[in-house]
Amino acid sequence: MSQITAAYRGLRLGDRWGGAPQPVRWFVMLLVIAFAFYLPYLNVLPFAYIRTDLTASGSDWASVLFLVVVYMIVAVGLNVVIGLAGLLDLGYVGFYALGAYSVALFGSTNSPVVQAMQSKFGFSEEWAVPFAICIPIAIVMSLVAGVLLGAPTLRLRGDYLAIVTLGFGEIIRITARNLDDVTNGATGIIGVPVPPGPEIDGRSFFNTIDAERWYWLALTILILIIFLARRLENSRVGRAWLAIREDEDAAAVMGVAGFKFKLWAFAIGATLGGLAGLLFGSKQQYVEPNAFMVQLSFLFVAMVVIGGSGNIFGALLGAFLLTYLPERFREFVDWRPFAFGVALVAVMILRPQGLAPSRRRAREFEDRRHEAEEAAADA
Amino acid sequence: MDFDALISGLDRHTLDGITRGSIYALVALGYTMVYGVMKLINFAHSEVFMVGTWAVLGTYTVIGATAGMGAGMVIAATVLALLVAMLASAGTALAVERIAYRPLRKKGAPPLIFLITGIGCSMVLVETFGQLLRFFFGQPFGRVTVNIPSVLETKTLFTIPGVDLAVSNTRVLIIVGAIVMMLALDTFVNKSRLGRGVRAVAQDPDTASLMGVNQERVIMLVFVLGGAMAGVAALLYTVQYDITKFDIGFIIGLKAFTAAVLGGIGNLRGALVGGLFLGIVEVYASAIWDSSWTNVYAFVVLVVVLMFRPTGLLGESLGKARA
Repeated sequence: MSQITAAYRGLRLGDRWGGAPQPVRWFVMLLVIAFAFYLPYLNVLPFAYIRTDLTASGSDWASVLFLVVVYMIVAVGLNVVIGLAGLLDLGYVGFYALGAYSVALFGSTNSPVVQAMQSKFGFSEEWAVPFAICIPIAIVMSLVAGVLLGAPTLRLRGDYLAIVTLGFGEIIRITARNLDDVTNGATGIIGVPVPPGPEIDGRSFFNTIDAERWYWLALTILILIIFLARRLENSRVGRAWLAIREDEDAAAVMGVAGFKFKLWAFAIGATLGGLAGLLFGSKQQYVEPNAFMVQLSFLFVAMVVIGGSGNIFGALLGAFLLTYLPERFREFVDWRPFAFGVALVAVMILRPQGLAPSRRRAREFEDRRHEAEEAAADA
Repeated sequence: MDFDALISGLDRHTLDGITRGSIYALVALGYTMVYGVMKLINFAHSEVFMVGTWAVLGTYTVIGATAGMGAGMVIAATVLALLVAMLASAGTALAVERIAYRPLRKKGAPPLIFLITGIGCSMVLVETFGQLLRFFFGQPFGRVTVNIPSVLETKTLFTIPGVDLAVSNTRVLIIVGAIVMMLALDTFVNKSRLGRGVRAVAQDPDTASLMGVNQERVIMLVFVLGGAMAGVAALLYTVQYDITKFDIGFIIGLKAFTAAVLGGIGNLRGALVGGLFLGIVEVYASAIWDSSWTNVYAFVVLVVVLMFRPTGLLGESLGKARA
């Protein structure tokens, strides 16, 4: 027994986790999940200090948790694109916006699209596309957008891809703002539908006040997505992505169809982005173009990179830190973007591999650092 | 679609497009040179331009320059503002290089990390000026657009016969100023000893360092030159539009980068071609359709050009330019 603990002590957390017996892992995971579901009600000192609603100007704790989880879904999706396939996508907010807008456009009675359908097919004024059908619409729309953006641009090299995707994000936002007849322009769309549920206290189950229900819904979706993403990472597709990320030419020589798999990464990433946007739009019950500025794209990329790209846990950590910390320290609200900029530079310079990189990624960085040092020593 | 509006005002629109494009082109130089030498997008370059516009405003405020001064004073104030803006922008660019890029170069970090620190620097600069605005103007959302005195008053300088197009002095200054600066830079890179170093590093950093080129110095030079050009662009921009704002750099930077990519990033002459092309396309498209879609046109043009010419109109060639 003491031998085993001695062996354990030398290992990193990840190794210990991997070496633990299956039932132990399941038990710990269940505990973590149960704790995550309990979080909105966390009120035991001193742990309660992590709540964001302690000060007068503080924001609703469950709402913050919801946003954290939505951004975690985003980070998991973007991690597929940036972390696994190595494609720099600066327009991810475009897919997020598409998801939010598709549920608003088809599900809200205030949307010009729904109104046009009502008058065309003679539906009553209360009619709109049901929420359950809005979900596949949002997924299909962001998936199609991902393929449409990817197909012409994925042959470009990294930096070109960055600027083209950045442009794509802007195009989506400007379109949403300018197409008054379809999206209500800058006014936005109100009355975005919520998931169906029983009425409690005269309010529908998913309403704007009881944010913890939204949080539980998003958390459930996140857990499902993490499970699927992990399966994907260890699949043939996942290995193809890693090969492309490391060296596209070498991967092509070994028979990995670069374009096809890059398109896959783009499409999967876009779908998850759209899903996150759908949750966001539905919870807000209101979408407007200003919620989808390019800066949000930078924030998304920063989450993945600060957390440690290529590692789902890292992406989750990055999303948590960059969403939660600014909310917790709201009293410095004026200085948040400033601090965010400083933090980006500082973290990247001190720890370019991210806070929790995947092990393979960390080794690559170590290699590169040695190479750079050797080159400097030679010069 | 309104092609009549375009045709009837073709001369005016072309002049508009060239003016706008000249400024894009000058800012694009900073992107293209840094990309040529380091293969990275300097995301903070848009804020280098922004600092330049504030330097112009600061200079005018300090020396008390206003509209309606004598001709000699106007020239003196403009030249002084130009110099200050070039210095401020070059200094900012150099500081960004030192703080955000050099430590990473030492660690051999991959390009994505440079991009993130660039974005971080850009945010810090934007926020610094945003906070200064709040401090001075005090409103709760005091991040206002600030007017810059139009020291150089707009007058019709001459009329192009035949098309009857009135050309103002400010436009002549912008177009001539931008083209002169670009030619000067092009000559510097192609003819001087330092410029040869820049081209050498762009072509092959390892061989260049074996041949005794100091790579660090070349990188500093590139940032200083690119920053100075952004400073010139900042002055010309304030001459044309008389305003600045804490986040003014963002959209100009985006356009300038698009221009650099259009022309072929890493190619100085490409920046000129790309800038003018983008400026003219934007103005034409805004005349035909609607000006609120301007940014969409810019990106659509970018995607279309890249689909058919993945290395831009003139191709990448800072390293291959012949002396």
